[in-house]
Amino acid sequence: MTKLLEIRGLCKRYGATEVLKGVDCDMDKGDVVCVIGSSGSGKTTMLRCINMLEDFQDGTIRIDGKEIGYEAAGGVRRRKREREIARQRMLTGMVFQQFNLFPHMTALDNVTLGLIKVKKMPRDEALAIAERWLERVGVLERKGHYPGQLSGGQQQRVAIARAIAMNPRLMLFDEVTSALDPELVNEVLQVIKDLASDGMTMLIVTHEMRFAYEVSTRVIFMNQGRIGEEGDPREMFVTPRTERLAEFLKSSTFA
Amino acid sequence: MSAVEPLSFLDHLWLARMPLLRGLGFTVTISFLAIVAGSLLGIVVGLALTYGAWPLRWLARLYTDFIRGTPVLVLVLASFYVLSTVGLQLSPFQAGVFALAVFCSSHVGEILRGALQSIPVSQTEAAKAIGLTFPQTFAYVLVPQAIRQILPTWVNTAAEMVKASTLLSVIGVGELLLSTQEIISRTFMSLPFYFLAGALYFAINFGIERFGKYIEHRTTISA
Repeated sequence: MTKLLEIRGLCKRYGATEVLKGVDCDMDKGDVVCVIGSSGSGKTTMLRCINMLEDFQDGTIRIDGKEIGYEAAGGVRRRKREREIARQRMLTGMVFQQFNLFPHMTALDNVTLGLIKVKKMPRDEALAIAERWLERVGVLERKGHYPGQLSGGQQQRVAIARAIAMNPRLMLFDEVTSALDPELVNEVLQVIKDLASDGMTMLIVTHEMRFAYEVSTRVIFMNQGRIGEEGDPREMFVTPRTERLAEFLKSSTFA
Repeated sequence: MSAVEPLSFLDHLWLARMPLLRGLGFTVTISFLAIVAGSLLGIVVGLALTYGAWPLRWLARLYTDFIRGTPVLVLVLASFYVLSTVGLQLSPFQAGVFALAVFCSSHVGEILRGALQSIPVSQTEAAKAIGLTFPQTFAYVLVPQAIRQILPTWVNTAAEMVKASTLLSVIGVGELLLSTQEIISRTFMSLPFYFLAGALYFAINFGIERFGKYIEHRTTISA
């Protein structure tokens, strides 16, 4: 059976700096994988390679067996056409650390934009889907507000609705609570937990260890561009096999 | 039979109403054409400056820096006198509008580049992440945000064009300033007629500024 996500030998360099040094990772449908590790370990970069916000120099990423971003033609590895890459990005939904909502659009329009322009949905159908998701994340009553009029937690929940309304195969979360005031973190984490219990496949880069422990089916510990350790969170957090993970966990707040 | 009384300012104004209106009409037409043509050309220049491959970008950079570093009067004189030496004989009106449009385009190009580059990359990334292509991202995400930044400066540029249109008097375009000067040379009433011309220029630019404020108000993002 083909994996939903299959990463093999992923390598990414910025000039002479190697950020990812051969990462392998598989995910099945319904998996919730949290990626932890200190900053600079390559977690975010790996996530951004999956939807081609970053180019990568070596390795392959497949979603449902389809190679993402590159194709081999006559033994030469070539970046796919921009239009094809844009189409492949629909397979994933991404939520960013800084929300990145479109400031000139209402919460509702932020969610319907992709549905109408990318999925070419009729307006009323898009509105219905957008409203359903805004309700799911608990900001429906704010649908007519602009991002600047919403709290950070509300903005991030709109951003989650914007990504998931596109009905992606895989959701990517990039440190989505790092820019939030502490009292707003839980409302966002709760939304993600709800999605997890719905069976949504999610790859989550996070610094929230308690959340990672509770929500994930598997945890990946990234260390200097490689996967340092991976496994069941209940085992990994309690009995880390490597020195590095033990150190990392000790320095992390397990709030 | 009494001596002929000298005509008052209002009498002269009445006599000169047609040339004045014609001059005003010329000024408005010239400015309008220069702003429209200059803005359209400026959009092309701005896009080249922002997204062009390096030879194109370099060319656009050379163009804007050269034009912006040249006095408008020199551009006006050059398009009238120099272009004719290479076989392109423009009428004073055409040469004048051409010079102003070129000048306007360099400013609009630079304003557009600044606005587009000030939008955070994260906006483009967010657009990509929901599957928008670049043209879609440009149309629905970048342009609406850039326009809001451009408007105030653009209104300024438009007002500058109206003022710069006075320079066309030196190549004999009968715009408002030249008409006014002709009337003054006939009536010797320099003060009131210059004042009138000043008031008319102010009225045009005040109109442009109000229009800009109105658009700005309509497009402001609530926060």
